Amino acid sequence: MKASKAIIKCLEMEGTDVVFGYPGAAMISIYESLRSSKIKHILVRNEQSIVHYASGYARETGKVGVCLVTSGPGATNTITGIATAYLDSIPVVVITGQVDTDLIGTDAFQEADIKGATEPFTKHNYLVKDANDLPRILKEAFYIANSGRKGPVLIDIPKNIQEEKIKFDYEGKVDIRGYNPTLTGHMGQIKRAISRIKASKKPVIYAGGGIISANAQREILEFAEKTGIPVINSLMGIGGFPQDSRLYAGIVGSHGYDYSNEIIGKTDLLITIGARMSNRSTAGFHKLNPNIEFIHVDIDPAEIGKNRGFTLPIVGDAKIILTDLIDKSDEMDFSDWLDEIDKLKGKSESKEEVTKETENFVNPKEIIAYLSEKMDDDACLVADVGQNQIWSAMNFKVVKSRKFMTSGGLGTMAYSIPAAAGVKIGNPKRQVVCVIGDGGIQMCLGELAVIREQNADVKIILLNNGKLGLVREIQEDLYGKGHGSGVDLQYQVKFTKIAEAYNIEGYEVSDLKTFKNVLDKVLKSDQPCLIQCNIDPDTRTL
Amino acid sequence: MRKYVLSLLVENNSGVLSRIAGLFARRCFNIDSLTVGTTEDEALSRMTIVVTGDEQILEQIKKQLNKLVEVIKVVELSPEESISRELVFIKVKADNDTRSNVIEISNIFRANIVDVAKNSLILELTGDAAKIEAFTNLMEPFGILEFIRSGATGLQRGFNVLKEN
Ligand SMILES: Cc1ncc(C[n+]2csc(CCOP(=O)(O)OP(=O)(O)O)c2C)c(N)n1
Repeated sequence: MKASKAIIKCLEMEGTDVVFGYPGAAMISIYESLRSSKIKHILVRNEQSIVHYASGYARETGKVGVCLVTSGPGATNTITGIATAYLDSIPVVVITGQVDTDLIGTDAFQEADIKGATEPFTKHNYLVKDANDLPRILKEAFYIANSGRKGPVLIDIPKNIQEEKIKFDYEGKVDIRGYNPTLTGHMGQIKRAISRIKASKKPVIYAGGGIISANAQREILEFAEKTGIPVINSLMGIGGFPQDSRLYAGIVGSHGYDYSNEIIGKTDLLITIGARMSNRSTAGFHKLNPNIEFIHVDIDPAEIGKNRGFTLPIVGDAKIILTDLIDKSDEMDFSDWLDEIDKLKGKSESKEEVTKETENFVNPKEIIAYLSEKMDDDACLVADVGQNQIWSAMNFKVVKSRKFMTSGGLGTMAYSIPAAAGVKIGNPKRQVVCVIGDGGIQMCLGELAVIREQNADVKIILLNNGKLGLVREIQEDLYGKGHGSGVDLQYQVKFTKIAEAYNIEGYEVSDLKTFKNVLDKVLKSDQPCLIQCNIDPDTRTL
Repeated sequence: MRKYVLSLLVENNSGVLSRIAGLFARRCFNIDSLTVGTTEDEALSRMTIVVTGDEQILEQIKKQLNKLVEVIKVVELSPEESISRELVFIKVKADNDTRSNVIEISNIFRANIVDVAKNSLILELTGDAAKIEAFTNLMEPFGILEFIRSGATGLQRGFNVLKEN
């Protein structure tokens, strides 16, 4: 079988039904083989968006997102997306074309060492030198991407290799000598964890994105309810725990809720599950008493002890470990602690003034609050990066089977539009809303064509403040009012006209009432749209 | 901060070395020396890496190395339970007046003389870091022209072998 045919066959055997791609000379053989496959190819408009599509698709379906790009510039354009997926542990396989084997190392036309370049932020990567290795490598790549701590894997395939004839064999199990993720937690450690919980008075579970990637939402809820321990989320953890539960205790971090950060300062037992303890999310942890018990559960042993010392490590899959924890625990009573938390919550809620609408502007918090009120019980909100992200995270209630996605680790602007399209393509039944700033959207406008072409019903809520808002806010926080520097998006783009050019319905709103009317209307339609909401440039997140 | 010696079993693929060196650079871990070579199994290579750090850094280095798919096994070679040696060549000034002195000291250290020229000798010495340092100190007064050391390479003592679990 021709190697390029074998590659497509491997994808089919892995259950891939959609690939996101952008072809070029080093990929024509694979693209020729793709023609006769049932796999749907989605032509993106810039490889900088491509991994974000695959990421949205993967986060929605639980399957590996697949990208095909050409050598050189095609490959290097994927780098930011790969790094984004790496930091958020999203399973993606990126297949790049490469120049002929005998040209590698000669600075040939469109040659770039993409394996070398992506080493720091792929879970693993390959340069295929022998066509007969292809089925094994593809099988390994899918397995590595979607097992253990998930992440992107890149396979670089020289053009001549794609043309060779090989024996196709996709049987057999993956056997990698140096890769064997630990899934089951050590039972002794689990029992020890239970006794430490029993000995504590103010335990808190700090749950990260690991809950979602392990699909352990049900287990964490059951464990929390059985033991009565409150749960705090990281930004990536949002959606891992129902926000209407009494045990939900908010979001921590530099842009989290004050009361959640305060809870961290009062706890005597922190149980971190599937969270990296990164600098942003633990910004409020300076209040944390360094002498408390700290149980750290993670599938990646290297996360335990990396940023913070621990008193009890448990390595393994969150779903399996939580199941064991449920099994070994009894009902407990932390009601005094929960009452104390309720008071903190109440105090901060009454403090929270929604900045009122100013003339000609609509308040972003009220926009998100209205979205939250009106969106489906199983809707997905994809937030971009910047103030729009923080307003979304803080004001969108993730209840029932709703989802919240954003680029948490790398904070990549222009993540949301392609990722939202990827979610919709992965699951056309889910209502998908994308919230983005006028900076972010101008990094990925071309992708509107894909949304139109694919009929991907994504509602784009553009929070238009004429600024790189979050940067402006940080500058003014540090240096004082008027210290914004290099953050004016001076030219006011008519985004509704751009939408119109792509045959996407565009609306412009400058007051809440109009926004509500427009949203009510568009949520009833199955067509994508763009709502440009004019925001007061001085509005702050905190 | 102190020195630790790590022994690694890795897949013998091109690019493994760059992956490991890159990991150290990226995470700001210090490599004092690194040696690599094939093993009894030609699909595998063995590396000996000497690093400087504290217990916590060492733990992180081991864990990060273990995350690399091509790394099969990492163990720490403790001084008590392992042997490790370095090889050095020292080109030292030696003329008719000093040659016999240099040779005498070399014999005490069991260093080999591998090159003899009119005004110089090249000496080959194998040993641990302390022995090499002692020898170098004694050679210094004669005038060291060139010096090269291989970096440590080591094995666990006894019947224990480094292999996958
Ligand atoms: C690709 C990229 N470049 C730069 C940044 C730095 N950055 C973080 S937030 C932000 C401002 C984003 O502006 P906008 O998209 O208009 O959103 P707003 O903050 O106004 O809601 C910038 C430039 C980034 N996160 N990503």
